[in-house]
Amino acid sequence: MMDWLQRLGSTSLSVFERLGRGNLFLLRILAALPSLVARPGLVIAQLYSVGVLSMMLIVISGLNVGMVLGLQGYNTLVDFGSEESLGQLVALSLVRELGPVVAALLFAGRAGSALTAEIGLMKATEQLSGMEMMAVDPLKRVIAPRFIAGIISMPLLAAMFSAVGVLGGFFVGVGLLGVDSGAFWSQMQSKVDLYDDILNGVIKSIVFGFVAAWIAVFEGYDAAPSTEGVSRATTRTVVHTAFAVLGLDFILTALMFGDE
Amino acid sequence: MSNNNNDELIVKIRGLRFAHGARVIFDGVDIDIPRGKITSIMGPSGTGKTTLLKLIGGQLQPTAGSVVVDGEDVNKISRDALFRLRKRMSLLFQTGALFTDLTVFENVAFPLREHTRLPESILRDLVLMKLQAVGLRGARDLLPAELSGGMARRVALARAIALDPMMIMYDEPFTGQDPITVGVIMQLIRMLNDTLGLTSIIVSHDVHELTMICDHMYMISGGKVMGHGTPDEMAHSESGWVRQFMAGLPDGPVPFHYPAPDYADDLLAGA
Repeated sequence: MMDWLQRLGSTSLSVFERLGRGNLFLLRILAALPSLVARPGLVIAQLYSVGVLSMMLIVISGLNVGMVLGLQGYNTLVDFGSEESLGQLVALSLVRELGPVVAALLFAGRAGSALTAEIGLMKATEQLSGMEMMAVDPLKRVIAPRFIAGIISMPLLAAMFSAVGVLGGFFVGVGLLGVDSGAFWSQMQSKVDLYDDILNGVIKSIVFGFVAAWIAVFEGYDAAPSTEGVSRATTRTVVHTAFAVLGLDFILTALMFGDE
Repeated sequence: MSNNNNDELIVKIRGLRFAHGARVIFDGVDIDIPRGKITSIMGPSGTGKTTLLKLIGGQLQPTAGSVVVDGEDVNKISRDALFRLRKRMSLLFQTGALFTDLTVFENVAFPLREHTRLPESILRDLVLMKLQAVGLRGARDLLPAELSGGMARRVALARAIALDPMMIMYDEPFTGQDPITVGVIMQLIRMLNDTLGLTSIIVSHDVHELTMICDHMYMISGGKVMGHGTPDEMAHSESGWVRQFMAGLPDGPVPFHYPAPDYADDLLAGA
């Protein structure tokens, strides 16, 4: 019993300690951000590796999710004779939920884990330490550009996911299952609201991008400088981001769509 | 780069205490590093030799005592001032710590690109001059993964002298290198020190190599300075411990045997 209590105590202490470190780290990143204005090249290079290189995964996944949505949505709607609403169903599902959430989960798996591993290995091989000794602040040179690239990339990737998903739903619904093309698009156009749906989706994806990028760079920077430490940190990035995104999604959804 | 003052001593360490958790690594250490000389810091593995370099570079904070580099106390000055001071000193990591995603050329160019705004043609000349000094001008387009351990250290050395520092700290420069590479690195350390007017600090336990190139030696063990002097003085030191270390004898003040009960008693106890 005492053992159990002791373990509980030490685990919660270490959790809070890490949370504290993570928050202080975030403050230091934010303080380092202004220095990037003078060096946009650093951010652009990271936008490529974080954003552009994740695009293929996002596009293919979005297409598949959209196609499945089209198929499943049609099967349900057709029972009620309302298959013309398929466009609305596909678009709202993607823009409000699946776009930001699935894109964030994929982002954590593709870009977040890579960021953590890269930063963790730079730490393990003393590259960060070496940089500090060369009077170059790794927070400004390495961490901040990756963090900001993550925040910029995520909403764009989520938007791409949703757009491609709508096309996937269109191919299946209209192309294969014979839903009327005009109805598909006009239903979508009249029922999807710019502010209530699209803007809220964009806000979600920005929040998720912020959290995913923060977790990824923190786990890398905080990794134990060893092979095992980097591998554990990479796993933690994916797991923690998934929890954080799903938890935040519920909270944000309740705030945004709760009163309908 | 110009020096702040012309003190004889470039590094003055006084009453240094440093603990890693409960483990005390330095317990009241005084070290003086004379300007323009090669000073080595020796000691058994795990005595915190690398820690000492990080304390000099201000990457770690001592529990007590002061570390003054070129007239500035590295623990009292602001972060900006510390960064300015670091531009005048280089630390050569044991692994080289090269940036694995940059070529040899870009690795050497890195500090120049970060701290200066030189036109590309001048930067190129400077980088090639530094690479020429370490004999690796021809390897400029290679990536760190394509270099041998010795070459990686030489590239790191070229990078370390890129900003013309006043002082270079070498962390175990000879460890794990073949005899030819050791010879090359020894020659480079001596040559760079003398031609560029540097101060060099070498942390190592390769006694033989150190006695050949350094001007002054410090020996630390158990958190204390066990002795210091020229290589010759050290070889004839009054301290039995220092003599044992210098000659590499297996038994002496540092016993071969881990503390144990009497051998005969121990064997008979099982009978």
